[in-house]
Amino acid sequence: MATVDKSRVPWWVSNLIVPLVNLTLALFVSGLFIFIAGENPYEAVRLIIYGSFGYIEGFAYTLYYTTNFIFTGLAFAVAFHCRLFNIGGEGQAYIGGLGVFLVAINFSFLPVPIVWLLAVGGAVVFGAAWAFIPAYLQATRGSHVVITTIMFNFIAASLMVFLLVDVIRDTTQMGPHTVALPEEQWFPSFEDFAALFGVKIRYSPLNISFLLAIAASFFVWFLVWKTRWGYEMRAVGHNTQAAIYAGISPNKNIIIAMCISGGLAGLLGVNEILGVHHKIVAGFPAGYGFTGIAVALMGRNHPIGIFPAAFLFGILYQGGSEVTFDMPNITRYMFVAVQGVIILFSGALENLFRPQIENFFVNRLNLKAKA
Amino acid sequence: MEFLSDIASLINSTLRISTPLVFAAMAGIFAERSGVIDFSLEGKMLMAAFVAAVGSYFLGNPWLGLLLAIIACVSLSMLHGFASVTYKGDQVVSCVAINILIIGLTTALAAAWFGQAGLTPTLTEDQRFLEVNLPFAESLRDVPIVGTIYSDILSGHYVFVYLAYLTVPLVFWVVFKTSFGLRLRAVGENPSAVDTAGINVFAMRYKALAINGVLIAFAGAHLSTAVNANFFREMSAGRGYLALAAMIFGKWHPKTALIACLLFGFTDALQIRLQGVELPAIGEIPVQLIQALPYVLTVVLLAGFVGKAIAPNAIGQPYIKER
Repeated sequence: MATVDKSRVPWWVSNLIVPLVNLTLALFVSGLFIFIAGENPYEAVRLIIYGSFGYIEGFAYTLYYTTNFIFTGLAFAVAFHCRLFNIGGEGQAYIGGLGVFLVAINFSFLPVPIVWLLAVGGAVVFGAAWAFIPAYLQATRGSHVVITTIMFNFIAASLMVFLLVDVIRDTTQMGPHTVALPEEQWFPSFEDFAALFGVKIRYSPLNISFLLAIAASFFVWFLVWKTRWGYEMRAVGHNTQAAIYAGISPNKNIIIAMCISGGLAGLLGVNEILGVHHKIVAGFPAGYGFTGIAVALMGRNHPIGIFPAAFLFGILYQGGSEVTFDMPNITRYMFVAVQGVIILFSGALENLFRPQIENFFVNRLNLKAKA
Repeated sequence: MEFLSDIASLINSTLRISTPLVFAAMAGIFAERSGVIDFSLEGKMLMAAFVAAVGSYFLGNPWLGLLLAIIACVSLSMLHGFASVTYKGDQVVSCVAINILIIGLTTALAAAWFGQAGLTPTLTEDQRFLEVNLPFAESLRDVPIVGTIYSDILSGHYVFVYLAYLTVPLVFWVVFKTSFGLRLRAVGENPSAVDTAGINVFAMRYKALAINGVLIAFAGAHLSTAVNANFFREMSAGRGYLALAAMIFGKWHPKTALIACLLFGFTDALQIRLQGVELPAIGEIPVQLIQALPYVLTVVLLAGFVGKAIAPNAIGQPYIKER
């Protein structure tokens, strides 16, 4: 493998061209899977584009999924800057949702905007608390967070089903879910917003949590790149030994990074509970936590990259549900496989073509400079 | 007598439930001793379960299903090696990619080929492995103690159960008593020293991953063509991670890893026994909380009552040959 002088590679080659080449490869392999499942990949692409852009509600769904993926993508990215693999976003989001619900139902006597603020706080605190134990064990005992966070996903699922069946279930209903929150606490939705302008559209789950996701992106950018703590955390992630010599405590940073990561994952609960279901339903994180890994790796762990990556997965999810309607052989699990392929090509195999591509552009630019 | 037969059936199920964990932990030892992290045991086990069930359904022979599962798992191991040994990608990312890919692909293909629920068709008796009754198990059953141990605990398991416990001493011998094992451990501890001695580090890691693929295939086939008669969605249920935790708890050593696997198996067997049982003083424990017991145990074991786990020195680092 030829090595390239990193400083001579233009930013748009390593941050745009290489990810796009990897993404194209991943989508090509995904097309093969659709072919193996007995459907036409071209037709699937057409359905994905129509389903996610073709009509206003479809587009609103795309942005709703984007909202969730921004939260879980940011969550994975923050921990990753400290070289921690928080694959427990799923469980942290589940418990975060519990925080949202408990706050909203217990403080319903307060004015609605204050309840919302407290509920967001509840999501962050509960999500962070669920990440704290794996973080503490990683920092003090060296228990690998990949295993402990996965275990905490299973434990969260068991705990929540237990709570939903035996403790906080709406006993007037059959299904394992809680009572609905009072209607005035529900987040304003996209169709409420459109109605202000006299536009009438059908239901979509898009709500003001989308703005919260944008705010969270700014928060992460500021925190990781513009604060002293963000610098310390990246130092620990980059070279733990050097960080220790510089007087930075790795244990403290590991714990803080994981807790912030868990808190961000918990925000998914805000979108799902206040914005969409208005109660806790069993299994509401529905794999968004895992998708966050693919989103963060594709977005190169930076909020500016995570936004388009989350949008891309929003298109895949919403367009994917259009595909599963029209193609009997395709289920939503096909798009879980697509995520795996994208993680493989844009994460693990990112060095596959990087040196060749970077060499190609560096040589071309050199020729131009000489001419 | 009631109590004794309870104990016997508990030990019997412990042996059965631990089997996939034992195979997976042994597979993990090979990969990690060579310096390659393997969180993808989970995905490979699931892949093996799917391929074994589908292969056996179409070919009519569970051994052919197992063979296909071995081929599939070795291929996935090679993919992991390709990404993390040859292309020096992040090993954990590669594993996470394989796990998510396989969760999606197996269920999607099962749904596409056999219907919406993501199940494969139920295998008939000649398409799956059946319990093996050891010789004289019936006639010895009434002999006290010996009969209980031989007929109720040791006899009547699937072939994989016996294979799993035979694999452990074999793995011990290969890893600690052969020159291959010495090189394997050296590659995981100090690859540049091994390289200086003229041994190809990359080839060693690929060999270790190939053995890893063969072993993990048995775990998956056990799940879908022996204990169950079909594949279903996410049927590995975290066993790959449990096995990895057992291996770490066992300090990357076959004997201690086996003990940890049996501990997990026992917890799971106990968990099944306790469902719906009124315990003195505590009462009935809700089934959802009991089911979380093996996962809680994993965290507790990893937190380590036995001190910090010390991994092979070069684990997780791609080897870069100096020029």
